[in-house]
Amino acid sequence: MLLSNHRPPVLDRRSFLAAAGVCWLTPLATALARQAERAPGQARSVILIWLDGGPSQLETFDPHPGTKIGGSTKGIATKIKGVQLAAGFAQLADQMDSVSLIRSMVSKEGDHERGTYLMKTGYRPDPTVEHPSIGAICCHELPGGGADIPRHISILTARWPSRGGFLGGEYDAFQIDDPKGELPDVSTSVASARALARASDLEIVERAFARGRSNRVRATLHQETLARARVMMSSEQLKAFDVTREPRAVLDSYGDTAFGRGCLAARRLVEVGVRCVEVVLTGWDSHVNNHEVHKTRLKELDPGLSALLRDLKERKQLDQTIVICCGEFGRTPKINLAGGRDHWPTGFSLALAGGGIRGGLALGETDPEGVKNPTRPTPIEDVHATVLTALGLDPAKENVAPATGRPIKLSQGKPIHELLS
Amino acid sequence: MAVGRRDIVFLGVVLAGAVTLSASALGPVMRKPPRPDDKRPPQTDIETVVGAVDAAFRETWEANGFTPAARAPDMAIFRRLDLALKGSIPSLEEIRRFDKQPPDTRLRQRLDQLLADRRSADYLAERFARAYVGTEDGPFLRFRRRRFVAWLSDAIHANRPYGAIVHDLIADDGLWTDHPATNFITVTYDEATELPNPERLGARTARAFLGVRLDCAQCHDHPFQSWKQNDFRGLAAFFGATRSNFHGTSDQDNLYHPLDRKTLAAVDIKPKVPFREELLPSEGSPRARLAAWVVDPGNRDFSRAAVNRVWALVTGRPLVAPIDDLRAADADHPALDILADDFAAHGHDLHRLIRVVASTQTFQLDSEGDDTTSEAREEAWASFPMTRLRPEQVAASLFQQASTEALDSQAHWLFRLVRSTGVNDFVRRYGDVGEDEFDARSGTIPQRLLLMNGKVARERIDPGFFVSSSRIALLAPADREAVETAYLAVITRRPSSDESSHFAAKLAGSSGGERRQRLTDLFWTLINSSEFSWNH
Repeated sequence: MLLSNHRPPVLDRRSFLAAAGVCWLTPLATALARQAERAPGQARSVILIWLDGGPSQLETFDPHPGTKIGGSTKGIATKIKGVQLAAGFAQLADQMDSVSLIRSMVSKEGDHERGTYLMKTGYRPDPTVEHPSIGAICCHELPGGGADIPRHISILTARWPSRGGFLGGEYDAFQIDDPKGELPDVSTSVASARALARASDLEIVERAFARGRSNRVRATLHQETLARARVMMSSEQLKAFDVTREPRAVLDSYGDTAFGRGCLAARRLVEVGVRCVEVVLTGWDSHVNNHEVHKTRLKELDPGLSALLRDLKERKQLDQTIVICCGEFGRTPKINLAGGRDHWPTGFSLALAGGGIRGGLALGETDPEGVKNPTRPTPIEDVHATVLTALGLDPAKENVAPATGRPIKLSQGKPIHELLS
Repeated sequence: MAVGRRDIVFLGVVLAGAVTLSASALGPVMRKPPRPDDKRPPQTDIETVVGAVDAAFRETWEANGFTPAARAPDMAIFRRLDLALKGSIPSLEEIRRFDKQPPDTRLRQRLDQLLADRRSADYLAERFARAYVGTEDGPFLRFRRRRFVAWLSDAIHANRPYGAIVHDLIADDGLWTDHPATNFITVTYDEATELPNPERLGARTARAFLGVRLDCAQCHDHPFQSWKQNDFRGLAAFFGATRSNFHGTSDQDNLYHPLDRKTLAAVDIKPKVPFREELLPSEGSPRARLAAWVVDPGNRDFSRAAVNRVWALVTGRPLVAPIDDLRAADADHPALDILADDFAAHGHDLHRLIRVVASTQTFQLDSEGDDTTSEAREEAWASFPMTRLRPEQVAASLFQQASTEALDSQAHWLFRLVRSTGVNDFVRRYGDVGEDEFDARSGTIPQRLLLMNGKVARERIDPGFFVSSSRIALLAPADREAVETAYLAVITRRPSSDESSHFAAKLAGSSGGERRQRLTDLFWTLINSSEFSWNH
């Protein structure tokens, strides 16, 4: 098993050599990987819409209009009877038959970094081991998918991008900015003849260095990594990053914002076999002026997220793609003196759609007074277990963290059965 | 010839004199023993301990049937030293100077220069800070990472005893701005309880200063070690009275009342150290007592953890792994105790420790490894370990190779480069390895793309007036000389004759813009080699 021992690093590198292509496939391996691909209809990719800063549940997925805690926020009806969204989600309201909400998320982490870690990995921060994020787990556990570009991508990366953790840096999300136009660093600045000459010159230097230490230089995987970087540079799939290739109308439907383009790129990327894309929308940390902050944020979130769901559905991709939308925690029911809401990890919301996950549900309820704990408290671990199950994985499967040799489950949660039936 | 030799002898005498003088002049200030231990045994000569360490390694090699690698070329050791202490490859200017110095003393001289160099203190402080306060930004307003690192750097530069530094980290009171050591406490400030977090502080103290992981005993008794939940809580309880408010950090009444696992009732936990209780003073504030216990010269876990960390900083790999759980390590190394005892016997003198490590045979071995036995050999330190350079080391080296002179030694590159978003971006995209920095990993594709095609890399090799690739085109008219200069500037070695012929032929007959372009190609090749991105 990959990384299943706690031997010193040389061995790890060695086993990576054997498993080269786990996260990055060469075109040669593409055919094989396609064969190993899951049956049609089963989830195979994850798109995480990450609301960095911690959105208010009350101004997004769990409005309490007309109550003291709800403030001036209005609720709007959706396609699902009895399930309201906060005003500003006009487009998403039409997609709610595909979306389920969990309104009773609870966690013990009220700090941005620790909360982010918990939500993305399904584990609380632990100084003795760095857990992989769910995207890294997907890349590690699922077959290649035929991508010769990175299979784990973070768009508009904020403070704490998804990491490979103990699975290795190979599983870190590949970070990109606004996906308009060409990706940086993937094209050489010199003519191809010169690039070729540089590459062959490099072999001369490598050969001199490897003299007397060939095994150890091989163990660095430098050559393999370079080769895979070159494959990526010449891959047709790079076009998936460039949303300007889409018709104007499509671009507009996602909203002409960096976040909208990120959502569109996410759709294009999962189409070519990318396993997990995180698209980040920042600016939710509304300690001051909470309602205004959320109004402007929703103007970006609603069209981006809704167009993504619509588009995936029209292209018959939604059944194979799980979309998760959340931030690191929610915000206090009480509105503070600055008109803001502070951090609140006990009773916040998360939205899930696609990948065979049942839509139209709203699980758990928060107290309209904002005092009592929510009914049916749901830890993020259970969401992870649900997503992994939808991907055909066993959450209880263990990987062994190197260094400590500790077996660690893909997720320590229990799948939420209502969402999987 | 005779004059030359006499010059060298004279220079040696002058240098030795200067060292003695400065040692005696600054001695009382710089060598002030750490607060808790005044009774230091007499100085043993550094050669003695280096000899003992070397003997310990030789024994393990013989026992395992390994022949150690030959000594690495001086130039390779020079590169290692610079990367370890100032976090960058040496400049061409420094290499030229090194080259001219007498072979038997030049490495020691370089070590002296590096230990006196502000850049080294800055770089080492940053590395130590990771273990003390992590890499996170910490609570807004209450934590000033830059102030903390600057304070640490001052202490390392002045060679303050390591025990005294750690004593301050644990026990200092005051505001995090004018008592920067207290940032160790404030980084754990918890918004919910409005207190520094005693459990995180206890766990951090154990891991960073003692090389002991008690964290696993936070929720239950440790399954395969002897740690009990009470050990964890007992250590945390030393921080139970700690407050941090806008008047600073101080000790007041104890508020640490963890819940009993079974009854869920709040329990009263007395401060308790997990071992060597006889060293714990009975008087003083809880943090002062803990600090005195931690840094007591008789607390071998403390000196072992310090030595192991310094060993890792200097060589790239801890002597015993995992670095923060030495008691649970699969295999101990006899050299660790020898070094630890020497460190404790010499007032926790960090500079001396660095000197000792860098003077060992092991540090100076070649990184060769043949095809059949290299893994086991590397594990046994029979050849120098190859480790991936840190993102900051790669960034700094990329900048250094582009400039023939040593980059401004007044300010460390870390601080200067902070100004440049390009470099911040480079480090971010290259991928910081975080706190767990000795966990070796192979390189990643984004790293290769950055060095092959990235803007920062391109700007450092493409033709330009101040870029060394172009300056070499201008200043080294002979082809072979130009190739050699490029090799020295980027990978700190001379080309083999094959390499020299190959690249000289490529430069042959070129001039002007074309020559600059060909040199750019050579620089591109060198910065994209594994040799450039790895310590070896």
